[in-house]
Amino acid sequence: MAEIKQLKDPVSRRRFLAVGGGSTALAAVLAACGDDSGTTSSTSASMGGGGASETAEFGKGDVGILNYALTLEYLETAFYADVVKSGLFKGAELETIRKFGREEAEHVQALTAAVKQLGGKPAAEPKAEFPLESAKSVLELAGTVENLGAAAYLGQAGNIKSPEVLASALAIHSVEGRHAAVLNTLLGESITPDGAFAKPADVKTVLKSVEPFLVG
Amino acid sequence: MSAEQQQHAEQQQTRSEVLAKGALAVGSLYGAAMVGPYVSRALAMSGGGDVGILNFALTLEYLEAKFYEEAKSRAKPSGELKRLLDLIASDEQQHVEALAATVKQLGGKPVMEPQFKFDYSGTAGFLKLAQTLEDTGVSAYNGAAPMIKSKEVLAAAGGIVQVEARHAAAIRLQNKEEPAPVAFDPPLDEKQVLKAVEPFIV
Repeated sequence: MAEIKQLKDPVSRRRFLAVGGGSTALAAVLAACGDDSGTTSSTSASMGGGGASETAEFGKGDVGILNYALTLEYLETAFYADVVKSGLFKGAELETIRKFGREEAEHVQALTAAVKQLGGKPAAEPKAEFPLESAKSVLELAGTVENLGAAAYLGQAGNIKSPEVLASALAIHSVEGRHAAVLNTLLGESITPDGAFAKPADVKTVLKSVEPFLVG
Repeated sequence: MSAEQQQHAEQQQTRSEVLAKGALAVGSLYGAAMVGPYVSRALAMSGGGDVGILNFALTLEYLEAKFYEEAKSRAKPSGELKRLLDLIASDEQQHVEALAATVKQLGGKPVMEPQFKFDYSGTAGFLKLAQTLEDTGVSAYNGAAPMIKSKEVLAAAGGIVQVEARHAAAIRLQNKEEPAPVAFDPPLDEKQVLKAVEPFIV
């Protein structure tokens, strides 16, 4: 599981909930997370964690899981767009970042369409801000986000009911794995931080990790 | 919105629908019809189902493990590529062991390791073939996984395919190719995978 590095001035959970109200799915799930200690280890022991109930705040069943994925893809797309705008990168690295951002945007489109096809309501795009202090810190954040994203998909695979939805999720999951390996390479880190078998992450872990970037 | 912008927006909407439909449609269940003789024997030996799928994956992992083990000398790797090869070879060997063990746990019989012959020369030839094998492996797992019945077996397959995707990206970087060429890794069915790998099975 990717290390979650401490960030300066994370938006506190209380402040987020006060501003955002209890109305968004994210706020509701975070309210349900009892632990405020800031620990970030993933509970990867059980297959897929708490089952479909993990993503229930995003919608029932497969729609909930797709909306959870959609929320993460929105965040990744926004992150890469901000990074491109920051001017911190040039040349080949900038091209990689642009390409990954385009792919995340395709994931957003496909997941949105898939939710609608299943008769669900697509999750709203969350408002987010990302720290963009230096190229190095941005690459580290990108590495964290991509490794976490891959683990998030892996964590939900066992909860998906429809084989078609599962096939779609897997088609995205492996691409996030590719992204993660590239970022790890750019950071001089191992392409397989978990070794020969990637580890899943549960919803609670993933949402706690992205919480610092959400703005009310 | 101008007419041009409107048309663009509509094209984007249509494209995203196609993407979703494409991804969802492509995810429909694949039958086991018309697989090649080698996999048929493996499936007959193993009895189909999750064991059959695991044995299919085991065949691919045997292939990759052998390929990378040979490559340590044949590909003449140095520096970063050598370190990458050592990592991948170790991963594939662990995949072989885990899959064989899982087949046994499920009361099945692991397929025997086939004889392989890889036709390439030098580092460039190795990298080209490695890229094909890794991309094929990802697509093979993505194609087979939706048919897996057990959540535990699915979790194992998922943990493996993500690593294969990581390998694929790293090899592509060595080839100075796009590491993630498309936004959705396509699934392949057994017939397509066999077509890709049968040239290497003696």
